Amino acid sequence: MSSCHPTQVKHTHSMISDRQTTIALAGQPNMGKSTLFNLLTGLNQHVGNWPGKTVEYREGVCHYQGHDYLLVDLPGTYSLTANSPEEVIAREFILHEQPDLVIAVVSAANLERSLYLVSELVCLPVPLIIALNMMDVAEGEGIRLEPEVLETALGVPVVAMVASRAIGARALLEKVEECLSGGCSSTPSRPEIRQDHREVLEEVTAQIQGYVPTPYPTDWIAMKLLEGDAEVSAMMRGVLPPQNLSALEAQLESHDDAMLAIASGRYDWIGRMMRAAVTHPRLGQISITDRLDRWATHPRLGLIVLAGILGLVFWLTFTLGAPVQEWLDTHIVSWLSGLAAAVLSGAPAWLNGLVIDGVIGGVGAILTFLPIMVIFFLAFGLLEDVGYMARAAFVMDNFMHMMGLHGKSFLPLFLGFGCNVPAVMGTRVIDSTPGRLLTILITPFVPCAARMGVVAFLAPAFFGPQAVLASWGLILLSLAVLVISGVALNLVLFKGEQSAFIMEMPLYHLPNARTIGLLVWHRALSFIKKAGTIILVFSVAVWALSYFPNGDLHTSFLARFGKLFEPVGAWMGMDWQLTVALLTSFLAKENAIATLGVMFSSNADAGLAQTIASLYSPATGLAFLTVSILFIPCAATVAVIRQETGSWRWTLLNIGLMLAVSIVAGILVYHLAVGLGL
Amino acid sequence: MLITTTDPQPKLNSVKPGMITLSDLKAGESARVISLNGGRGFVSRMAALGFTPGAEVTVIQNSGWGPIIASVRDTRVALGRHEGQRTIVRTGTA
Repeated sequence: MSSCHPTQVKHTHSMISDRQTTIALAGQPNMGKSTLFNLLTGLNQHVGNWPGKTVEYREGVCHYQGHDYLLVDLPGTYSLTANSPEEVIAREFILHEQPDLVIAVVSAANLERSLYLVSELVCLPVPLIIALNMMDVAEGEGIRLEPEVLETALGVPVVAMVASRAIGARALLEKVEECLSGGCSSTPSRPEIRQDHREVLEEVTAQIQGYVPTPYPTDWIAMKLLEGDAEVSAMMRGVLPPQNLSALEAQLESHDDAMLAIASGRYDWIGRMMRAAVTHPRLGQISITDRLDRWATHPRLGLIVLAGILGLVFWLTFTLGAPVQEWLDTHIVSWLSGLAAAVLSGAPAWLNGLVIDGVIGGVGAILTFLPIMVIFFLAFGLLEDVGYMARAAFVMDNFMHMMGLHGKSFLPLFLGFGCNVPAVMGTRVIDSTPGRLLTILITPFVPCAARMGVVAFLAPAFFGPQAVLASWGLILLSLAVLVISGVALNLVLFKGEQSAFIMEMPLYHLPNARTIGLLVWHRALSFIKKAGTIILVFSVAVWALSYFPNGDLHTSFLARFGKLFEPVGAWMGMDWQLTVALLTSFLAKENAIATLGVMFSSNADAGLAQTIASLYSPATGLAFLTVSILFIPCAATVAVIRQETGSWRWTLLNIGLMLAVSIVAGILVYHLAVGLGL
Repeated sequence: MLITTTDPQPKLNSVKPGMITLSDLKAGESARVISLNGGRGFVSRMAALGFTPGAEVTVIQNSGWGPIIASVRDTRVALGRHEGQRTIVRTGTA
């Protein structure tokens, strides 16, 4: 008896169908699936979210010999069991959307494990091609294998490739064309459940026979029920008559260890493929990965390595980014303002203000932050692509446990130093919902580039030679607050729940420029689109508040608003101007400086910091910077927190938490500083 | 269809036979997976990565505290200490 779907795989395709030919790309993480996707589609990509899910969706068009294929990049998953939304998306897409073809990307250097997903894919009613990627890495590891033999053993076309060097792409596309026109045979060999569980599988199949909704294959459903798949169990509970259901539940209960029998069966199947196709297994040599990991994953040295890399990334970001930022500000933004002023010379004052302060001010804020962001994303993407980030997560695991999180949560937090917006979205790598939620809540405490920019601007004027000390102090303070909040939130909201830390450590490999380039491109683009729109809208709104009702900032709605909160500011030695500056930093963190510029009517940046430092005591300055660095997340971050948590309750909780923490910290720092005679 | 369930002969190991957890192994030591103690999600994720009964695992790094790195089926996997403790293994001849 076959444990998988026995029906003939559909392999016909009509080239004149009105529906676009769809090819899905499936594969486990670290198999080079993204590299292959980028290679086949280039910049013809669309990135978004799967409908109703916070999982990235990527599709692209691949042109080949007059055909346009729609390529859908399925989320990278190790299996097709409903352990995560990614796995559900991948299998639902194959079953419901019925792509014309699925290309499964496997790694020749990691064949055994990467065939696990294939052992699941061959059970789905869809034509399959195997892209046997990373042939070069396999060779480097001393592994030799025969793709033709693997093809015969699997009963599925296999194309050997090195996607990172564009080797084998043509052969793959030729094979795709051949299969789509019905020219290749696909009679996959399928794995079977381990001997001791065959009977129960038959019993389960008998109970559900005739009740399985389309398009699900009955024996696939039976297998998933035995695996304990939550989604499939819930679905079948809804359609089975009570009698069958109770019988089924009794069977499943007495075989709750069936998952291991099924997985063992799959690995037995894989073992047969391996024995046939692999002529030389991996040599027992000490690989580059072993050598590098002696340092990178060492419990103490690893932390030093990480600190060094972090330091280098920040140093690079700010040394390279700052001049570009300044150039953009003085040349592009000022030039735009000048141009607008000239064009609008005859227009009413409010229109001038709207365009120059509102629109161009907003565009400027986005534009001048882009270089820093791009450089940081580039460094992060490089570390990600070579395989280092998994090591960073590993060495930070112990530390993250203090907050009930594990190493993976460190990755989005690190990204947060560049910008909190992609960092909140980056929490998607965390596999448990409470862990992800907690990471989102503490992410805005990571001082982003914009906040560090505010500190870097004001600290020298207030503290002179001690500026570096003060800046580091503020950054360490925000990180301490992050940890304390994390520990407290974990105890109060998540009851110290710990989630499993299971993470693949990919082999180190040379970075791929195309992969990193596209990663940076998409991150920057999503920043411009998401943050950009929100910053622009808020910029115009803040300008309106500062202009109306009578065109004077000091009597504007914004000033009235600031005066309303002045009593709170007074606890920290701040007057209404500083309070207003903080309020406008909600729009974008660096806006605090812009607002102060308007308030003290000094557009010459050089003088502004000194002007402010001469008006306020260092204690007030320190309190202002403390609140700035801990203040409520910027509008764009709030928007993504809402998007990623799917809840206003969590979003508001996050804002409230940061507001309270920043005010308390501001008051404490102010009084401490006054006590110290600052 | 023919199905082979026989495991290849396990390697002889200097450690005396007995069931311990993966977290108890020192760096460089190998063992075979006996079972996984945990919920379905844990078992399913571990099994997909190759931790199935009979699979040979080698611990690559274990400092005695914190997470460990194990190699299974040519894949390096980082596991939290708890996850390692829930993976029951047997060293030496089975």
